[in-house]
Amino acid sequence: MTPFVAPSLVTLPEISAVFCLLLILLVPFAGAGLALINSGLGRSRSAAHAMVGALCVTAVAALVYVIVGFAWQGAAGRPDHGLVVAGKTWGWIAAEPFFLRGLRLDLSPAALVMLLQVFSVGLAGMIPLSSGADRWRLGAICASTTLLAGWTYPLFAHWAWGGGWLAQLGANCGLGRGFVDGGGSATIQVVGGLTALSITWILGPRRGKFSAEGMPVALPGHNVVVVLLGCVFAWIGWMALNSAGAMLFLSVEPGRAVLIAINTTLCAAASGLTAAVVTRARFGRPDASLIANGWIAGLVASSAAAALLKPAAAMIVGGVAGILVVWVADFLEFRLAVDDPGGAVSVHAVGGLWGVLAVALLADAGPRGQWMAQVVGIATLLGFVLPLSYGLNWLLDRVYRQRVGREGELQGMDLFELGAGAYPELDIHGDEFLQR
Amino acid sequence: MKLAGLLLLVAGWAIVVGAVALLPSAGGRAGFVLAGIAVELFGLALAIRAHLVLPAEGE
Repeated sequence: MTPFVAPSLVTLPEISAVFCLLLILLVPFAGAGLALINSGLGRSRSAAHAMVGALCVTAVAALVYVIVGFAWQGAAGRPDHGLVVAGKTWGWIAAEPFFLRGLRLDLSPAALVMLLQVFSVGLAGMIPLSSGADRWRLGAICASTTLLAGWTYPLFAHWAWGGGWLAQLGANCGLGRGFVDGGGSATIQVVGGLTALSITWILGPRRGKFSAEGMPVALPGHNVVVVLLGCVFAWIGWMALNSAGAMLFLSVEPGRAVLIAINTTLCAAASGLTAAVVTRARFGRPDASLIANGWIAGLVASSAAAALLKPAAAMIVGGVAGILVVWVADFLEFRLAVDDPGGAVSVHAVGGLWGVLAVALLADAGPRGQWMAQVVGIATLLGFVLPLSYGLNWLLDRVYRQRVGREGELQGMDLFELGAGAYPELDIHGDEFLQR
Repeated sequence: MKLAGLLLLVAGWAIVVGAVALLPSAGGRAGFVLAGIAVELFGLALAIRAHLVLPAEGE
């Protein structure tokens, strides 16, 4: 293991740094959007629990990331541990002190990276919330987020964004510009989406979700209006996230934010409309929750390449995401018996993987070998992040049961864990969906 | 089957990383990377199959 310093972040002029800071401060809108979507797609008797869970995830993620996460992730140009293989040094983990010691918290690129990460690690942590809706205990949510923010996320983020070995694929092996993920299709969305898959596997389906014959029973979300409002919040946050990420990790000039905002919007628009057309063709009517999922899948897919796409290519990226999200959501539920109430796996994991691949297929041509760098990134997500996330959460489940007991699930997470419902004046606790 | 699936995922990734770090030629590297991905997909299929929920468990 050789200590070394990875290539530096580009220093931003002060006006650009301030612009980047303002963009970063809009990123929490994406988290607010996801929180509303998660809550709306769950059942009414767990609505307050979903929102409290989102707040707890944000809080735990920020604390853990500041205490230990940034120490593992670091930033390009900061101290790093490297492995020398075949004469080349590959960065694998940062060598920062805990509690951000040694980092100047000003408008320097490293400080901006750290601030963006404090928000985006919370965003990643919020993704599994929707897959565990109606049955994931609050304590387990916090513990699982600790593992994500303290280990899984920072490690992959170092490799992709912190000057680690994925980012070095270009310099060390001549694979394009190295792994490209401007706004976090992989680092935020797929990492969160694969954690969501781990959580659905570990928790199992909601009580009553599958009939005795194995057929899924529809458990519709309780408030589609909140879901669609969440889509609007997420759109604002995503434009900021993609722009700030591209400035910090792809070194694009601030003026490129216009193109990024257009591409982000086009991706979401094409994806949402495609989901509407596909559901209209399949079910006879457009499905509101799948349209919302299509919108978010478009945002997710846009993140990796929004700075590098032409607008027409962004529409294609979104259109494909819209088809994928509907098809995969159905496939997961009907063929694989995965109960994912908010569609986190199809929206964030699959949408994010498509976004990463789209860099190689549709982004403005860079140096040769870019497709290989993107494929290596995808292989790392499936072959490292998924087993790590599953293993950590499986171990957690051994020492602290993650799923609520039968009584809690029947009563609803609001009353059982919080002692009060989200809508106390309404009679909403009769469950017409449960088979008796 | 669950453990086998997860181990195959890691094994496929190891093949990919090994190919990128050790092989100098682009053709050989691409071949091994695709082989690694194939191993990962096989592992993913096993892991998915291991998690198929029997109806009684979902009740």
